[in-house]
Amino acid sequence: MDAKEVETLIRQGIPDALVEVRDTTGGGDHFEALIVSTMFEGKGLVERHQTVYKALGDAMRVRVHALSLRTLTPAQYENRR
Amino acid sequence: MSEAIERIQSAIRGNKIQVFMKGTRSFPQCGFSAATVQILEELGVPFGTTDVLADPELREEIKRYSNWPTIPQVYVDGKFVGGCDIIRELYESGELQALVKAAVGQGAQQ
Repeated sequence: MDAKEVETLIRQGIPDALVEVRDTTGGGDHFEALIVSTMFEGKGLVERHQTVYKALGDAMRVRVHALSLRTLTPAQYENRR
Repeated sequence: MSEAIERIQSAIRGNKIQVFMKGTRSFPQCGFSAATVQILEELGVPFGTTDVLADPELREEIKRYSNWPTIPQVYVDGKFVGGCDIIRELYESGELQALVKAAVGQGAQQ
């Protein structure tokens, strides 16, 4: 599984998201992702990550060994820049 | 109720701070579990750990129980707080220190 596939799955579940995925080891199973979406507004970190895991579905259980997540609302993203 | 759920619940009830991890506190078997334990040790609070690698049934059950697909998983005061990324983020923002202090402090008063 490459970073692009992970990105595509996340976008399918979170259509408005800005998604950046990086394969951290080059092995196709360890990734880190930055995701910015209005869907995260008013949600805690646990719920935000659960939204991403849901978008990934079976891939998360079977093909992804590790995924580091940074989940931000558009306002939080603006503040960081 | 499966026996694995009972083991999960008794660990969560028995420890104000409970970590389900790969490996043991002294010998973590995964970088994310190691990082999580390191942060909690830095806070200097007592916490319990359960090695999911030693209990395959619990390893599967905990993912359903928390609706969370990865290990480690941290519970504070019976509530699921998150995995390694969230623990790190809460630690950096100072929220973890407050959360843990409230949980442990509360235990001391009882």
